[in-house]
Amino acid sequence: MKALWQDYDTKGFFDETIMPTGKSRPLASKLINYINQLTSEDFILKQQMADATIKQMGISFTIYSQGANIDRAWPFDIVPRIISKQRWKKTAEGLEQRLRALNLFIDDIYHDQKIFKDKIIPKELIEKSKNFRKECIGIDPPHQAWANICGTDLIRDDEGELYVLEDNLRVPSGVSYMLENRSITKHIFPELFKSMSIAPIDDYPSALFDMLASLSPRRKSNPMIVVLTPGIFNSAYFEHAFLAQKMGAELVEGSDLVVDKDDCVYMKTISGLERVDVIYRRIDDLFLDPEVFNKDSVLGCPGLIRAWSKGNVAIANAPGAGVADDKVIYAYVPEFIKYYLDESPLIDNVPTYLCLDKKQRNYVTNHIDELVVKPANESGGYGILIGPKSTKKEREDTISQIKNNPRNFIAQPTIALSTAPCFIDSKTLEPRHLDLRPFILQGKNTYVTTGGLTRVAMQKGSLVVNSSQGGGSKDTWIVDGEEV
Amino acid sequence: MLSRVAERIYWTARYLDRIENTARLVDVYHKLMLDLPPSTRFEWTGLIAILQAGELFEDHYKNPDEKSVIKFLLGDKQNPSSVLSSIKQVRENIRTTRDVLPEFIWVLINEMNLFVEQHLQQGVNRSGRIQFLDGIIHGCFQINGLLQSTMPHDDAWYFMMMGRKIERADMTTRLLDAGARLYALLESQGPTINTHQFVWANVLLTLGAHQPYRRTTRSAVDCEKVIHYLLEDPHLPSSIQHCVHSIHKACDHLPNHKSLTPKIEKIEKNLFKSLNYNQLGKPFRDYLDKLQEDIGKLHDAISDNWFPCFE
Repeated sequence: MKALWQDYDTKGFFDETIMPTGKSRPLASKLINYINQLTSEDFILKQQMADATIKQMGISFTIYSQGANIDRAWPFDIVPRIISKQRWKKTAEGLEQRLRALNLFIDDIYHDQKIFKDKIIPKELIEKSKNFRKECIGIDPPHQAWANICGTDLIRDDEGELYVLEDNLRVPSGVSYMLENRSITKHIFPELFKSMSIAPIDDYPSALFDMLASLSPRRKSNPMIVVLTPGIFNSAYFEHAFLAQKMGAELVEGSDLVVDKDDCVYMKTISGLERVDVIYRRIDDLFLDPEVFNKDSVLGCPGLIRAWSKGNVAIANAPGAGVADDKVIYAYVPEFIKYYLDESPLIDNVPTYLCLDKKQRNYVTNHIDELVVKPANESGGYGILIGPKSTKKEREDTISQIKNNPRNFIAQPTIALSTAPCFIDSKTLEPRHLDLRPFILQGKNTYVTTGGLTRVAMQKGSLVVNSSQGGGSKDTWIVDGEEV
Repeated sequence: MLSRVAERIYWTARYLDRIENTARLVDVYHKLMLDLPPSTRFEWTGLIAILQAGELFEDHYKNPDEKSVIKFLLGDKQNPSSVLSSIKQVRENIRTTRDVLPEFIWVLINEMNLFVEQHLQQGVNRSGRIQFLDGIIHGCFQINGLLQSTMPHDDAWYFMMMGRKIERADMTTRLLDAGARLYALLESQGPTINTHQFVWANVLLTLGAHQPYRRTTRSAVDCEKVIHYLLEDPHLPSSIQHCVHSIHKACDHLPNHKSLTPKIEKIEKNLFKSLNYNQLGKPFRDYLDKLQEDIGKLHDAISDNWFPCFE
């Protein structure tokens, strides 16, 4: 249907679906031919069907606004995003490589700290990191894996080249939405699954289960695995419940757990106390154990760190793993890959300026209107300054924050993120910017999701994809064939 | 199974049954009102009395008219037992116990929630009320059917059973009480209508027990027989006998029931001891008060035994 495409303009960006000539890329041709057979009314019906499915399946996320929790239906764009299997294979290898290096780094930091002695990175970077936990020094998590679940954000630039934007190693979320997006597209585009060869993605929960089971301190065939949630008011509660259900694990809150005199973790069941082997925790380090960290926390369970440090329970991700989830550390990951693995990185970082370094800081403050400035330790898109779209006042504020605490800031060039068609205002298809969050697991083995969660900045021209800030999402199809 | 999860499952079942009971009650009452000659002094607030929610109702409504009563029972968020509030409760409980329930129950409760949100006004207005109530009752049937056909008979199942049966026993005693009061009132006003039929047939209908009553007793609707049937029939799912016995059986399937069993056995054994079918006036209503107390005791015993106390 021609009218759908009337405003489509790929100028200045790499569009993943439509070439600058206006023709579809070969990999997407079946999808585009299919769309072109539909009338506008058909297309609107498809979107309505998706919305109804989302409500029926109760797919929601919570946003905090003016002190209140609002449960919102998941924002979903029906046009899938397509990536070639060939490209994905290489990307997945790069992601595994990255996580292996990150885990060796974390393990080194909490043991011999060789990397400081060899002067690859300065020690003060770690000492000043607010995610470094001295309580974790000397502890040996199974398989030397501290970050067992990692969500790495990838972007493509105006040439279509893939870069790592950041690694989320604390409690990354979004994987349930990736899985639900696929079940929605199966509802609305069943025909395309027949004509195109789209790789399935639904083995994630079982891969997650296997990885968690490989961490169990007791050698038994059916370890007790629990998902520890902060509770129903958390924005990712939907996902916690979803994953527990898909894995057949118990969904617990801190008050369901107790650490007994034997320094083992138990949960309160109708038959009394039952021992827990593996905790997939979805609460931050500082709330895990009031005995060690935040004393006022009611989300965690007293004694958890004691039980963990004695090896009586596995915690994923391990406490302290967040030390590598820091945008300053991120800048060094290519060095880690060379240092620990003696390999060269398969996926590049986005060029990054560290404000800690005087020369680089001067460059940042002089070119702030061209750069994106980010705090080193925030997530969810909070505290970011996008230079070209900022006001003078915002730039001045950021510069003074940088001067006060240079360790806490990095800057990157403003990248023209790739685009793909989105159905806008139930009228036309328009290009919107997107990123991709695949999930990588490391326990005894490593695993990478097939594709990941595609997030879309639904506002025209916007680069902010976070769902807490008005972003949407798309299903991601890894399809047989080569990209052109 | 986590104690917290067990408690939520138990309440899920209670609220589910409450939704169905309330919808049926309003449905039967509504149809009853259509039958009555306009001269009869019969109030919509009778519904509020049956559910013993008078105080809460008066706090929020000035006029005890049809619209207020229906709104209060079906769609008032401030009434924790309204159909809307109960659905929200069930949805919240299912949301937090999805890991132990059949997956599709989440979809069904979302559908019911959407249905009620979208069609509530229809239920408040007379014209679409029956269809609205039918929709809710169908939704409950679907959920119960799903549970019946796919849920493993594990611990969660037995907590569900106990919740459903406690709630049902509570409703049955309330309806018996309402029936007895109305019957006494109408009898005292002289023979204007067939009171047996009018009162007790509707009580049976509300509990979905009219047809089974006929088949079992092979007799016309008669005050004493209906009361006997609703209290002591061993096969009717809403009879007091059946409810208490099911709770007893469910309890025996669960871990840590040893100290609880004697308490339940005692209650079950003495259920009908103080009942005299020859005296259906005040002594009967006193008996029902005691029965309500016993049901409350059952709930407390279950709760003390299995549910967590978070300090």
